[in-house]
Amino acid sequence: MSRIKEKFAELSAKKEKALIAYIMVGYPNENATISVVRGLIKGGADIIELGFPFSDPLADGPVIQNASTVSLDNGIKLNKFFNIVKKIRKETDIPLILMTYTNILYHKGYSKFIAEAKNAGIDGFILPDMSIEESKEYLTSAKNTADTIFLVSPNTTKSRIERIAKLSSGFLYLVAVYGTTGVKIGIQNYTLNAIKEVKKITKGKIPVGVGFGVSTPEDVKKYIKAGADAVIVGSAFLKLIEKIPQNKLESSIAAFTKSLKRQTVQT
Amino acid sequence: MKYPKDGRFGEFGGKYIPETLVPAIEELEENYLKFKDNKDFKKELDYYLKQYAGRPTPLYYAKNLSEKCGGAKIYLKREDLLHGGAHKINNTLGQALLAKKMNKKRIIAETGAGQHGVATAMACAVLGIKSEVYMGYKDTIRQKLNVYRMNMLGAKVHPVKSGSKTLKDAINEAIRDWITNVESTYYLLGSAVGPHPYPVMVRDFQSVIGEEIKVQMKKISNKTPDIVIACVGGGSNAIGTFYPLVDTNAEIIGVEAAGKGLKSKYHSATLSAGSKGVLHGMMTYLLQDDEGQITETHSISAGLDYPGVGPEHSYLKDTKRVKYHSATDAEVIDAFLMLTRTEGIIPALESAHAIAEAMKVAKKSKKSESIVVTLSGRGDKDVEEVQKYLSKHVKN
Repeated sequence: MSRIKEKFAELSAKKEKALIAYIMVGYPNENATISVVRGLIKGGADIIELGFPFSDPLADGPVIQNASTVSLDNGIKLNKFFNIVKKIRKETDIPLILMTYTNILYHKGYSKFIAEAKNAGIDGFILPDMSIEESKEYLTSAKNTADTIFLVSPNTTKSRIERIAKLSSGFLYLVAVYGTTGVKIGIQNYTLNAIKEVKKITKGKIPVGVGFGVSTPEDVKKYIKAGADAVIVGSAFLKLIEKIPQNKLESSIAAFTKSLKRQTVQT
Repeated sequence: MKYPKDGRFGEFGGKYIPETLVPAIEELEENYLKFKDNKDFKKELDYYLKQYAGRPTPLYYAKNLSEKCGGAKIYLKREDLLHGGAHKINNTLGQALLAKKMNKKRIIAETGAGQHGVATAMACAVLGIKSEVYMGYKDTIRQKLNVYRMNMLGAKVHPVKSGSKTLKDAINEAIRDWITNVESTYYLLGSAVGPHPYPVMVRDFQSVIGEEIKVQMKKISNKTPDIVIACVGGGSNAIGTFYPLVDTNAEIIGVEAAGKGLKSKYHSATLSAGSKGVLHGMMTYLLQDDEGQITETHSISAGLDYPGVGPEHSYLKDTKRVKYHSATDAEVIDAFLMLTRTEGIIPALESAHAIAEAMKVAKKSKKSESIVVTLSGRGDKDVEEVQKYLSKHVKN
């Protein structure tokens, strides 16, 4: 069983939901990444998504776009990235997911990339521009090696959700709103309906995580109440990281994480 | 390839898109297939192309230029004479009309040099649809006249300050807008790039160029052209020129922007110097680094300043049906001045790439041969840029 599946099983036994945290590796610098990860773990994050920067992040809003640019300017390359992952993996058993764009994997070759990532300690992948139609080689390469987390959206049809859920492993990522990451439009009724709908279609066969624009304990509470098995918070962490002096990163991140995680326990 | 059902030209193309866009892309394809051969739709589009845009455009024998080069006869397909000053209107009228049939109330577009933005603004003005255009901040400065034109035509221009602040970033931003406003908005892509069905749809709307060339050349010489040349950025005027002629015996050449030289980092010659990858929803040749990060491009012409290329061009390159060459900024300036002085025609810097190639090819060709060059746009917008280049590079 993959680390991600184990984590969901463990949480389910405790009647808890998952808090998934996204950060961009190398933002604002390499050392900060390690402190942030420690803070996330201390605060009770269940799964961590590690962003690898891409020059053209077309599904991301301004916060993650900026973090990508900073990370690239800091010289984050794959070698460096995998070394950081290895460092994190030495300290913790928390499931780690790599989030980036298709071209980064395609360029190295799906098999080679996935094997290297797995070797560093990565458990799964999220590629926002990978549609199921183009995923054959990616899926074959990841099979029995890493989880492939696909995304669905509030406008995805029922039959398509079924197809996507079948190809997904680890969890299914429900994009909460029409927009890019970090969008601030508040909780929408269509999102709450989409959570119920997706849960109904997946029938508990795969956990459903909700992300994009999730930024406060209140958001977490509402999505969990609507039936989400996990919530994903990203841009809100990056915004916090931007504001905090480096020596306080770990404790501040831990405190914010704790405030979010608390909402996944009260069911 | 007539209509690639799976959206692939060989291994190129496809649809690598965020899931939110899938219903929009499916709706688009469904409607495009429904209307593309519809008699009333075709009649209406034909009306606008003739009465509004000024089709057919002449195939002009550039006698002075031909004699100067001393070889084949050079014919210019005068897309520069179209309303708006470029071939872009062929596509924007087609897509805006389609958007209208789809009851879309808002159109967004990206633009590089501003020609597609202007053509979008025009089509939207005449068809009564609201339009907004994303344009790289760098391009809003080097093509500010086109920003004023778009504003006057009623389009809202959003300068894009992310990334390299050029065309690729304008496309990123337009896609982000589309993801956010997916229900209400039609994305009017200006080149033969992006996820399926855009590359094939844009090609079809631009194919009027090649179709007319065929008919006009037959009238002039009772045969098809021997050599056909067009410039390639994203590649819409080129694919519109080439596609109707790929089944003939014509030698076909696409010309990319070599900028300061292919060995420098400052060029946009994707097919000549790039490698395969995934960007903007398609698999195609790209300019990228050793880890798949898209690299910044350079060209004296904003319209060719793009690190990708239409997937059908990638296919035509790999199948060797079309040759892809390139012209440097310096060669382009020479061609620009040559055409201006010999024929009194000021070409767009984009189109001047094709002229530069034609001048090279003509010298090596027989007098009995014919070269057709698509003059994709007029160069009024570039006069300032050329002045700047000349004052920097030419002493007197």
